[in-house]
Amino acid sequence: MIKAEKVIFEYPVQENEEAREVLHGIDLHVKKGEFVALLGHNGSGKSTFAKLLNGILVPTGGKVLIDGIPTDDEDRLFDVRKRAGMVFQNPDNQIVATVVEEDVAFACENMGLPSQEIRRRVDNALEAVGMSEFKLHAPHMLSGGQKQRVAIAGVLAMEPDVIILDEPTAMLDPKGRQEVMNAITTLNREKGMTIVLITHHMDEACRADRVVVMHGGSIVTDDVPARVFSQVEKMHRLSLGVPQTVELMYELNEGLDLTRLSVEDCAAEIEKYLAKGEDK
Amino acid sequence: MLKDITLGQYFPGKSAVHRLDPRVKLLALIVYIVALFMAGGAVSYAIATAFVVAAIAISGIKPKLILKSLKAIIFIVLFTAVLNMLYTPGDVLFSVWIIRITKQGIYNGFGMGLRVILLVTASALLTYTTSPMALTDGLESLLSPLKKLRIPVHEFAMMMTIALRFIPTLIEETDKIMSAQKARGADFESGNIIKRAKALIPVLIPLFVSSFRRADELATAMECRLYHGGSNRTRLNVLRYGRLDGIGALVIAMVCAAVIVVSKVFGL
Ligand SMILES: Nc1ncnc2c1ncn2[C@@H]1O[C@H](COP(=O)(O)OP(=O)(O)OP(=O)(O)O)[C@@H](O)[C@H]1O
Ligand SMILES: [Mg+2]
Repeated sequence: MIKAEKVIFEYPVQENEEAREVLHGIDLHVKKGEFVALLGHNGSGKSTFAKLLNGILVPTGGKVLIDGIPTDDEDRLFDVRKRAGMVFQNPDNQIVATVVEEDVAFACENMGLPSQEIRRRVDNALEAVGMSEFKLHAPHMLSGGQKQRVAIAGVLAMEPDVIILDEPTAMLDPKGRQEVMNAITTLNREKGMTIVLITHHMDEACRADRVVVMHGGSIVTDDVPARVFSQVEKMHRLSLGVPQTVELMYELNEGLDLTRLSVEDCAAEIEKYLAKGEDK
Repeated sequence: MLKDITLGQYFPGKSAVHRLDPRVKLLALIVYIVALFMAGGAVSYAIATAFVVAAIAISGIKPKLILKSLKAIIFIVLFTAVLNMLYTPGDVLFSVWIIRITKQGIYNGFGMGLRVILLVTASALLTYTTSPMALTDGLESLLSPLKKLRIPVHEFAMMMTIALRFIPTLIEETDKIMSAQKARGADFESGNIIKRAKALIPVLIPLFVSSFRRADELATAMECRLYHGGSNRTRLNVLRYGRLDGIGALVIAMVCAAVIVVSKVFGL
């Protein structure tokens, strides 16, 4: 689905400045239906990499292929963007129209689809993110979480193969975050949508099938969440946190199984440990 | 505070006036204004007035709202009326010092005042009964022949849509910045005009900067959603003329024709 091969990137600079490589040879393959979380501290190049995935930026070295289509082929840029939808951090700055359904229709309208087909896609997309009842509302009357779900629906209406989300929950309150994460997880589990989620929230990354950690423009870790997060010291060295459950078990420092990420598993693990203590 | 501004002043409803195609309404307004300025006699004014009153009645818009929009232009109405009264030559009724009031002057003054009132009322009725979105779509569709002359009609319509979309967002942001400044002791309410205008500078600059950032992000988001200008673009809701539009157009054409014929042919 996504194939990044030895991707190098540097931003264009003014004459008297020195070019600085932001990405140094990234290799990443994402398979159909996978849910990948992309972590990394500020400035590690996550957003830059995301923008390379649908041709907003083109690599200065290496190749990015979406469904086998190279993103630097200008004639096929539309095919790339149609397949790889992108959702950004600030929901306010990606909603175009003054009515929810018109906004969701925006991409389809640009694709030149007939209006019955647009109607079908808009209704499906709003249904998929649970926003059908707000179809005729004005976007500025919605909550942050609702706005972000509208933005996701707007991308979904293109019927892409993969959705890339760059910190979609960063500006939301806990309730909004939960709404958006549920929408994303449902899309992945029920519709088999391939997801690349950039986030700073470790508990969000836990929901993924696979966690990729970037550091200073390179990929340093790529594994299932349990194995990534159980390496607590390594994560701290990369200036990253771990989920609260792992942090708790780690701080207890009693040799607990750190791969048990979910709250239930963590509770069970601690309970087991406490029971052992009582036996003694 | 700033949130109370209702934009475009649209009042949703289901009346026949609301449901009329925006293009019909826009054209009707133009034709009506032309007829209004061709009206000359009492009868033609009466027909024109009756038409607007009937339209308001059908639309279900409260007359109070219409009066409110008229209040804003009361000065202009009086000014036009008085000016016409003073500068029309004719049979002098009475004169004081250099001011001469003529019969025709009074007649013209009333006529001009009434025209301005009707013009504003009719335009207000259009914006009250048509959503900004429909208005933009209507304008784009009506002006689309101009595309052949390489006039960027679609781009203007898009600009209008985005402006409408972002005005509430920017108002909210202004509110936030002002609160933040107030919390740090800024004073927006006292002093003369210049002082108050100066106090707004620290509000406008961050607003300006953030607008540019927003514009940049929005442009990227639009590109991601395949925006490439107006060519080969389709619409979710396509404007389509219906039976109601036919009837509406006929009625409006008849009324305007009546106004013109009565005033120009019969001189009433
Ligand atoms: N438009 C740009 N022009 C030049 N340099 C840029 C530009 N955007 C980002 N950079 C630089 O590229 C590097 C990577 O930035 P990027 O935004 O990809 O990081 P990030 O991982 O998304 O960080 P964050 O977590 O803060 O979003 C940074 O050093 C940044 O200064
Ligand atoms: Mg970023």
